[in-house]
Parts: sequence; structure tokens; C-alpha cells
Amino acid sequence: MEDSRKVVIELQNVKRDFVVGNETVHALKGVSFKIHEGEFVTIMGKSGSGKSTLLNQLGCLDTPSSGEYILDGTPVRKMRRSERAILRNRKIGFIFQNYNLLARTTAVENVELPLMYNNAYSSRMRREAAIKALKAVGLGDRLEHKSNQMSGGQMQRVAIARALVNDPAVILADEATGNLDTRTSFEILVLFQQLHAQGRTIIFVTHNPEIAQYSSRNIVLRDGLIREDTINDNILSAAEALAALPKPTEE
Amino acid sequence: MNLTNLLKVAITAILSNKSRTLLSTLGIIIGVAAVITMMAIGEGSKKSIREELSKMGTNLLTVRPGAERRGGVRLDPSAMQTLKMPDYESIREEASLITHISPEVTSSGQVIYGANNTSTTVYGENPDYMTIKLWTIENGECFNDEDVRKNAKVCLVGKTVVQELFGDKNYNCIGKTIRFKSIPFRIIGILKGKGYNNWGMDQDNVIIAPYTTVMKRLSAQTHFNSFNLSVMTEELSDDAIEQVTRILRNNHKLKQDAENDFTIRSQQEMMETMTSTMTTVQTVLVVAAAFSLLVAGIGIMNIMLVSVTERTREIGLRMSVGARGRDISRQFLIESIMISITGGLIGIGLGYMLSWVAESIGFPASVPLWSVVVSFAVCALIGLVFGIVPASKAAKMDPIEALRYE
Repeated sequence: MEDSRKVVIELQNVKRDFVVGNETVHALKGVSFKIHEGEFVTIMGKSGSGKSTLLNQLGCLDTPSSGEYILDGTPVRKMRRSERAILRNRKIGFIFQNYNLLARTTAVENVELPLMYNNAYSSRMRREAAIKALKAVGLGDRLEHKSNQMSGGQMQRVAIARALVNDPAVILADEATGNLDTRTSFEILVLFQQLHAQGRTIIFVTHNPEIAQYSSRNIVLRDGLIREDTINDNILSAAEALAALPKPTEE
Repeated sequence: MNLTNLLKVAITAILSNKSRTLLSTLGIIIGVAAVITMMAIGEGSKKSIREELSKMGTNLLTVRPGAERRGGVRLDPSAMQTLKMPDYESIREEASLITHISPEVTSSGQVIYGANNTSTTVYGENPDYMTIKLWTIENGECFNDEDVRKNAKVCLVGKTVVQELFGDKNYNCIGKTIRFKSIPFRIIGILKGKGYNNWGMDQDNVIIAPYTTVMKRLSAQTHFNSFNLSVMTEELSDDAIEQVTRILRNNHKLKQDAENDFTIRSQQEMMETMTSTMTTVQTVLVVAAAFSLLVAGIGIMNIMLVSVTERTREIGLRMSVGARGRDISRQFLIESIMISITGGLIGIGLGYMLSWVAESIGFPASVPLWSVVVSFAVCALIGLVFGIVPASKAAKMDPIEALRYE
């Protein structure tokens, strides 16, 4: 089935080798796939499967040993460090397992961070964009709360807002629900599905197979190679799953 | 990242770690305060030396026997006996720019009154001396030309001498007879106190007597130790020196190419000599204080290195959202400059306070503005130089490793 949508990510036989002492570790042994605009892709694999290495490739934090990675039309392999930094700034929104918010800093300031490295934004534009992103993740009433005054779910929402603020070509989430309890995880998944519905391209790296049910496509990685790449025709609704959860007991 | 954002980030980082920032700037604070205070005391001392010397009269010239000594010391005793009576008379008669002249003969030793004694110096002078050196008589009167002519055994005494001999510095000892080297002197006047001068000499430990008395009865010499002269005005000092030089060379029958066998120094030169000594002392102290700034800079570097390590994850995050190496290095450079400037500003304030304290306990102190400007600039420079290593360490971090850092 040929997809007519725009290709956001294209990996062409990407290999990544690490030299550890005298040995060479082949973390990625030739990975190829395309991700189109508007897809919600989960990448799964056990630890050691090359999942993290692939994520670093996709996030332009690292470059392939061979092969090519084309992000939104830009070949990445031969880019310099500072060029990749700018590319990340404009094209990628990162979401981490441990949120990685700046300590003792307000939600708005945290969300503004990527735009600080984009001189096209004035401080007012920055603030406006940050507020808009925070409203989009349902934190319109928590703008000036500091990171240490928020719950895990709220912090992850701030992190998602930060990933949205630069209107990226792709959102890269690394175990984004890994530190959250079941209920909050579903709340975050609901948010991801909303973003998906709005046409955002999302890549969600996880080792939790349950999450694949809520995405539109699932790539399974093992030993540095793709084992499965399946389109999910029956996407479950995270909102329904959330509603089905037992009500939290009041403390 | 532009400068405004960088400054904002640096201020936030500094404020979120106030106590550590303060501790790391302590070295800078102490160093700068020390430099400022040293400079203030140095400048203040120079100023007060200048004031004091001009109080003694800026139009003062001193003629001493012997050629100007540079480097080695001339020990030929006859060279030190070149100022004689005819020289005194010629200058008094011929030097039109000189308003007052007093020849000087000194003799140091014990002065005795009853069971008390003290060591002091007798200055043999003429009545002009009072005008030249701005002495005031508190009680009694000065000897006159008649006393000088008759080698009268009369004298004026300073406050310290009164204190030592009579046990009370306000004792009215007019008419008492004191003995110096077994010569009795009748006290006819008490000098108003001048206190200690800047280089710690008690100016009141003096006895002034007619020079003839001192020459003939005490030291049995026919030459003078020096002449003190007053020039009409300060501006005419150089002309007066020339005039006196011509008279003395003529008197001494010096050939055209012969060196002067006397030295004339103006008060201005004295001033320069004194202040240049102060400058040397000041320089040494300031250099010592500057070394403490160097050490303080190393302290800042240390703190910044700790801070960079501590904020590894923050650096990783910033890089992942698009900070380039140079954005990160600038961030830490600005932070270290700001820490050191903050320390500098506090140090400048403390320096002002210390100078004020020094002044109130009797050290003359005045903070020169340029020392404030220089201190500030040096602090900024220290922040920059000692921030380079931590900043480049931060900039070289691998974002993947940094994000994973625990």
C-alpha cells in the first residue's frame, strides 16, 4: 500500500557501530523505514535491542555509522554538531521518561526553553507560544507553577507542551509514561491520541506492549534489526480505557 | 541565544544558588576590598604628605653641603663642610628671590633639668627660622638678632621636651635653665605643638637656639649643616635655585666644569621623594592583593566546574532542544563573569567601608575612582578567564551521555 502523505522520516539501511575496548558492538545492523506525516508510531524492543540507539538517531543526537537518515527532507549523516542542534531546535520535540524540566522554574519558562535558542522569537512571541502550548495540554491554569510544585502527570504535560512549542515535524517520546501510575499514564496517552488526531507525527519508544494498541503503527526491534512493522487497524481509545479504570479513592 | 536571554539564565542560576555563589565570590570580595583599601590608604597618605609638606611651606628651599649623591656615598668630610658664614651672608645680601634665610647647625644629645633628662636635638637657627618653618610660639618669645650676635644661651623648647623635663607638657617653664652638654640654656619661649609628622617623627622633640650659640659653645664648628630658605613664591623656586647656585659657585670659586659642592632641594622635590616611597609601598601591597584575586579566580573556576557537573542533565536537555555548544559555553561564561562581577561590586562596597573605617581610626584614606574602575574590569576579566575551562567542558558534553547522567 503506497501512502500518499508526506514522508517525515526516512531511514535507509542505517547502521550504528560502537567501539568498546577492542570489540565493535553493532547496535543497529541496517534499519530502514519511512514514517509519514500524521502517524503515531510505537517503537518497541527489549533493552539491548537497539531501541535507544535508534531513538538517538531519530533525534539527531547521534549520526549513523553508515546509511542515511533523512529528517523532513534533510540528510543528517554528514551534518555538523551545531547544524544538528539547530535541526533539533526546529524539527524535533523531545519528551523524556523523567520529564527533564528545569528545577525551580515555572511551567511557562520551561516551555519557552526551545524558543530561547531560536532568535526569530522575541520574548513576547515566546511567552505567547508557550501559553498556547500549555493550554493545548490542559495546563492553562498552571502557567506560573514551578516544576517542583507539580505532580508527575503535570510535569509530563509541561514536557509535552515544551515538545509542541516549536511546532516540530516529529515528536519523539522516550518511555513518556514510564514513571507514571496507570491512571496518569492513560491521561497522557489520551493527550498523545489527541495530538495524533490533530495530525501530529509521533514516535513513542517504549518497552510496554500495551501502548502499541493505542498507536497507529508498531515497529518491533530486536538485536539491532526490525522484526515487525505492523499497521494497527484497530486503534483503541485511551479515553475509553481511562473511563473504564476504577475511580481513584479519595485520600 | 541572545544576550538578554543569556543574562536572564545566568541570573536565575546564580539566584537559585545564593549561598554557594556568595561563598565562591568571597575570595573576589576580599581581594577587591583589599586592593581598594590599599589604594585608598596609599592615595590618602600621599595626599596628606603633600598637604603636610605644603603646610611647612611650599616655597621652602634647603641647601646642604656636598654634591648631589647618586648611587654611592661620598665620605670625604671636607666635602661636607662647604657651607660657611660668607655663603650665608652673600645669599642674604644678594639673592633677591629669597625672602628669609636661616643657617642651621644641629647637635644631638641629652638635655637635663634637675633629675630629669631626655635625648633631643638642638637646632641652631636665626629668628627667620620661625617664619621659614612656620613655627608658632605659644608662650614667651623668640630670641632676636641681638641674642644671635651675642651667642646668647637662650632657647625655645618643643612640647615633648617640656613634657619630658617638667613632667607636664603644659608646664610654664619660661625662665627655667636647662643644661645641654653641660651648657646652661635659659628657656625664653615654648613652641606650639606640631605633633608627629607622616613618617613618624616627633616634630616637638626640639630645642631651638641661636646658631651662633650652637656653633661656638656646643659643636665648635665653623661650617653650617644646612641653610633653610624661603622663596618669594612657589613658582619662583627654580629661578631661586639658579640664583643661589650662582652665588654659592661664585663664593666657592668653582670652575666652569666643576660639580656643585652643595645641593639645593626644593620642597616640591622633597614631596616627590616622599610620595614616590609611598608609591613603592603601595605597589607592593596592591600586587599582593592582586595575587589574592588570582587565587579567587581559581576558586571561581572550581565552583563553576562543580556547577557544570551538577547541571549535566540540564546541559543535556538544553542541547536536545537545540542549544549549540557555543550557546552552552556562553551561558556558563556569562554566569562566571556575573559571579565574579557580583563579588567585585560587593568588594568595592566593602573597600569603601574599610577605607572609611581606616580613616576614622586615623589612617588618611581616599578611594581613587580609577582603582574602582580597574577593580571592576579586573573582576570581569577574572570571570572570563577562569570561566573558559568550565564553559568549554560544558560545551563539549555529549547530549546523549548528559541526558543519561545521574
